[in-house]
Amino acid sequence: MRNNKTSVHEPLFHVVKRDTIPLWKSMLIRVIAVAASLLVCSLLSMVLIKANPIEFLETLVDATFGSERRLWKFSKDAAVLLCIALAITPAFKMKFWNIGAEGQVLIGALASVACAFYLGKSMPNWALLIVMFVAAVISGAIWGGIPAIFKAKWGTNETLFTLMMNYAASGIVAFFLVKWTPSGSSVLGELKVGHLPEIVHPYLLIILAVIAITLFVFIYQSFTKHGYELSVVGESENTARYIGINVKKVIIRTMLLSGAICGIAGFLIVAGLDHSITETTVGGRGFTAIMVSWLAKFNPLVMILTAAFVTFLNQGASQISTFFNIDSSFPSMVVGIVLFFIIGCEFFINYKVKFRSTSKKEVK
Amino acid sequence: MNIFVDYLLTAIPLGMTFLYGCVGEILTEKAGHLNLGIPGIMCVGGASGCLALKYLSTLGLPAFVLVILSIIAAFVGGIAMGLIYCFLTVTLKSNQNVTGLAMTTFGVGVTKFVMSGLAENGGMGYLYARDYFRYPFAQSTTSLKLCGVMVYLAVVIALAAAFVLSRTRVGLHLRAVGENPATADAVGINVTKYKYVATCIGSGIAALGGLFYIMDYSGSYEAYKSIEALGWLSVALVIFTIWRPLVSIFGSAIFGALYLAGSHLPTLLGVRFDMSVTPLLQLLPYIVTIIVLIVTSIRNKRENQPPASLGLPYFREER
Repeated sequence: MRNNKTSVHEPLFHVVKRDTIPLWKSMLIRVIAVAASLLVCSLLSMVLIKANPIEFLETLVDATFGSERRLWKFSKDAAVLLCIALAITPAFKMKFWNIGAEGQVLIGALASVACAFYLGKSMPNWALLIVMFVAAVISGAIWGGIPAIFKAKWGTNETLFTLMMNYAASGIVAFFLVKWTPSGSSVLGELKVGHLPEIVHPYLLIILAVIAITLFVFIYQSFTKHGYELSVVGESENTARYIGINVKKVIIRTMLLSGAICGIAGFLIVAGLDHSITETTVGGRGFTAIMVSWLAKFNPLVMILTAAFVTFLNQGASQISTFFNIDSSFPSMVVGIVLFFIIGCEFFINYKVKFRSTSKKEVK
Repeated sequence: MNIFVDYLLTAIPLGMTFLYGCVGEILTEKAGHLNLGIPGIMCVGGASGCLALKYLSTLGLPAFVLVILSIIAAFVGGIAMGLIYCFLTVTLKSNQNVTGLAMTTFGVGVTKFVMSGLAENGGMGYLYARDYFRYPFAQSTTSLKLCGVMVYLAVVIALAAAFVLSRTRVGLHLRAVGENPATADAVGINVTKYKYVATCIGSGIAALGGLFYIMDYSGSYEAYKSIEALGWLSVALVIFTIWRPLVSIFGSAIFGALYLAGSHLPTLLGVRFDMSVTPLLQLLPYIVTIIVLIVTSIRNKRENQPPASLGLPYFREER
């Protein structure tokens, strides 16, 4: 209760947390953010590479929708990225910062290649594919499970643990590449066996598989007891313990699942696309997937859109870099800038900025 | 020259790359912010330093002025990245992990863009200044040449950071902000200011690591491509050294030694390994980090813990 007659000093604006925001409003904020970021990108490219902004946007769109071949490439890239994003989603929803998807996918890919390399000649293709799949799932799950066990038992920092596991995975891949290539070139040629069968189009089967995984993760997170438990653990570990959830078990179980899906992504990359492996087979997609998952607020269905959007940006920007003959690093700059805007706009969704009312109130 | 001394003289300068990143990240984390953008920031630091060298090359400035100006340029580049990070995580309260990862994507992209232009444009490039950075041992034919000015600068910065953090009022306030911003706010510490200043200076220091690696340690036009991986190790080093700049001086030397073990150990021990073992030896720093992570978490001593509010945004009205 203020009852002195002096005027009160009010700051120019203050920030209030919003309770709820209508969906259209939050979508509008995001669309504005994306539009603003594209504007900045096109201005930047105007300065850096003297590209006309209209031409810039045209090339960006044309890179994805320009031809049927590009559309297929886009769908394939989006599907693989989506698969990795789906894999890390249950862990992230549990607030387990798994930045080791890169390594988990790579180790899954390595297991697939190893099976094809050693067993390729001794069994029919369908059996080999099954073995490759199982090996990838198990190795991915192990790779994701190791940090989870330590996190569950002793609270070991999972962010750095999983990050280190990425390097461990790429070192192991390097080791096998030296082993497998007697010439010492470390370049493993294309495997002749263990290819996924082709339905209509070489990429179609992968896309269908990822759609199935999307539905699985969606149902798992929204309609099963496991999904309920992991979201409670993510919101509050103490609450979870209080209502009788075995937190350690949930952490380990979720990470096993997360790693296993990463393994599947590795299998899809090997059996469906690359038919080979290098240390950079995953190529940073494990990190990009984190953005994809986070942008979608860990909702698998929204993730289809965010994965498509990020792939669209990547493909568009790399088309621009070829078109204007500039360095291939241009896409990561564009993606970075767009991400800054999207990350920043979350503030305006979660908080409200209240400006000082202009009329000078006399406080009674 | 003795192989062992040679190993040490290569490992310690490499360690200084980690030391810059590590001290920068310690300051940031002491303010309660986990900056996963450090690898990107280190890259940008290298790029802005080299950009300055390229454009200053025609002015005929004395060597030490060139070195100082490019160090300042790297520092400013780091601060610019730090400001983006701070604006997003402090002012707009976004998720620190995601922002940091985006910073790394962006920083690495910018660096590749800038650096690929600098090397190809003909003319002087930036490597002409390599010997200035390697002062006073630039003419040495052994690994001693790597012990240039920025090696000592790194140690000085680490010592200064240790002093500020543990012996001054500013350091006390900074640690309070990282442990419990609400309490710090209640006693009148300007939380936002401390977070901004600590994170930006931390980013600036980390950025020097990139410049050091390009101009002194590696001294090649390809160097910028490997900074990112080193940056991630610097972030890991923070945990290895339990958030202490003094420990990090030794920790970074150890990391440097481990990182090079793959190429030096065989000659050092006088044995020949199979070629496939080299990639496994290169895993040593990562495996040691994992072991340290596990051991510190099992021992669970109170003074070895990260700042209590690390990674959490602070919103005054939510107390």
